[in-house]
Amino acid sequence: MTATARSPKDTPSAPPQTELHLKMLRQMLLIRRFEEKAAEAYALGKIGGFCHLYIGQEAVGVGALAALRDDDYVICSYREHGQALIKGIPANAVMAELFGKATGCSKGKGGSMHLFDVKRGFMGGHGIVGGHIPLAAGLAFASKYKGSDQVCVCFFGEAAVNIGAFHEILNMASVWKLPVIFLCENNRYGMGTAFERVAAVTDIVEHACSYDMAAELVDGMNALTVYDATRRAVERARKNSHPTLLEVRTYRFMGHSMSDPLHGVYRTKDEVEEQKARDPITHLAGKLKDDGVIDQAALDALDTEIHAEVDAAVKFADESPDPDPDELYTDVLVD
Amino acid sequence: MATLTYRDALNQALREEMQRDPNVFLMGEEVGVYQGAYKVSRGLLEEFGPKRIVDTPIAELGFAGIGVGAAMGGLRPVIEFMTWNFAVLALDQIVNSAAKMLYMSGGQIPLPIVFRGPNGAALQLSSQHSQAWESWLAHIPGLKVVAPATPADAKGLLKSAIRDNNPVIVLEGEMLYNLKGDVPDGEHIVPIGRADVKREGTDVTLVCHSKTLTVAQKAADQLAEQNVSAEVLDLRSLRPLDEAAILESVKKTNRAVVVEEGWPHAGIGAQIVDLIQRDAFDDLDAPVQRVTQADVPMPYNKLLERAAKASPEKVVAAARRVLYLE
Repeated sequence: MTATARSPKDTPSAPPQTELHLKMLRQMLLIRRFEEKAAEAYALGKIGGFCHLYIGQEAVGVGALAALRDDDYVICSYREHGQALIKGIPANAVMAELFGKATGCSKGKGGSMHLFDVKRGFMGGHGIVGGHIPLAAGLAFASKYKGSDQVCVCFFGEAAVNIGAFHEILNMASVWKLPVIFLCENNRYGMGTAFERVAAVTDIVEHACSYDMAAELVDGMNALTVYDATRRAVERARKNSHPTLLEVRTYRFMGHSMSDPLHGVYRTKDEVEEQKARDPITHLAGKLKDDGVIDQAALDALDTEIHAEVDAAVKFADESPDPDPDELYTDVLVD
Repeated sequence: MATLTYRDALNQALREEMQRDPNVFLMGEEVGVYQGAYKVSRGLLEEFGPKRIVDTPIAELGFAGIGVGAAMGGLRPVIEFMTWNFAVLALDQIVNSAAKMLYMSGGQIPLPIVFRGPNGAALQLSSQHSQAWESWLAHIPGLKVVAPATPADAKGLLKSAIRDNNPVIVLEGEMLYNLKGDVPDGEHIVPIGRADVKREGTDVTLVCHSKTLTVAQKAADQLAEQNVSAEVLDLRSLRPLDEAAILESVKKTNRAVVVEEGWPHAGIGAQIVDLIQRDAFDDLDAPVQRVTQADVPMPYNKLLERAAKASPEKVVAAARRVLYLE
């Protein structure tokens, strides 16, 4: 942890909660198995366009969302399948959206990068790097304006930190004391560009100093650490309407998108393998086994159950109809 | 009927809509303490307080995006750009977020937001401060674009824009803020998407909007002295475009000149010419002519600037060409 403008450790960590930890494990496994199936479907041509997988980063979305209320807002970049699932969008509706089907959560009009479910507070996947950071501050602005205590968590990658909007918004969020959590998932590479090659300041938490904002550096391979840090940030937002910048260090095991190889020219196979040894699912499963919460048989049973859920989602998506041709011209404007 | 400046008509619209709906707020540079760079928001901070009249840093991209996010969260933001020249910095939020949110969410997120501010050249502000952006903005599905030319239309269209559940671009005329005109008393709404015949005529249609209404009206006066009866059609809305009104007028006059402040290439006039040639071909007695800004960045020098702008003389010459008078 480097310099921060405020002390982040102002709320105690919650006591270990077996039920919560099991839920997190299940959620991480769901994301992993869901995306493995999505990759297969992509290879089969069932999913088109861009498809950015979250595999390796599951602990971040799962840990952070566990700290939220159902009515809090979540807004993401285009690497958002995981958060969408955990915010409560059924796997069927997410997979159907990836397949471009009428039953998708955005009616087949958004695709992998634009998953939405407003009723569940999932305010989208957004496709322009950093373009949704202002929207997060706007949602928090609306919450504060209306006297609600909903907070907004904004997930973005480390590459978005070089975008002007990031700096404009950290400034305004701090000046106006908006209840927003800027959660930077630092997976070290913006597509194929290592962050240190393009960033003068590589400890992203340090940017918070420029904007008099609370900040915390978090191990993103550990869902429980992410949960604890997000809880502190959420409390700061909900009770005091103060924003927080979280730098959550993680790693993507897959390529940037489906068209990008796992390692290739910008990172070595050894590096990827080294990171895979820190797999967040293995980590949490190991902890729960060590704690005597589950055994291998229970873990296998859980995995089997999730496989079945994901297989059903693929079947649902595959069998769902394409949007009606008339849908082309709907949803451009409302009456 | 009260006589108001265009500025005060806009001010009234903002005030009335903010009184009517507590979810309407105004955000932008200098809108509060300074009372507005062009004084459109004069007195509003005193009436509505800093929660609803929000001064921002100079960060167009950021506060435009906060507006979009606030609309996603159920508010009805009015985002003021000090000029549309600066709004270019915010285009990502206008185009990628505001215009597409409803569509890419499969109809889940309507975006009731207004982006407004002065557009087009004033006097000797040179290249970066003298630009008309309507063809850029009207190009985008998911946006509505209005460009009022009179105080009455300014008030009525801004009120419609604020009540609309879609993103609406309001292009005000920097040179129009002091223009005086009659504004109907009481509730005055001008529907978006309706053009207005500002002067009836029989020989040629002058299609115009915003500041070029004045140009077209002066041209019509000069043409009248030459025994030419010009009809002046003020588009008022550029998206949706009142195609029926354009076609109706052209079917009556059989000749048209399209006047705009913007550059010629891919301009608003090009769209109107496309419409006329397609749907009124048999009614035309001459190819449609266009009067635009010269196809150059705006120069500073007064004489060069005048030469670059659309003018009544250029419109008269174009009208005479479509009438085969020269």
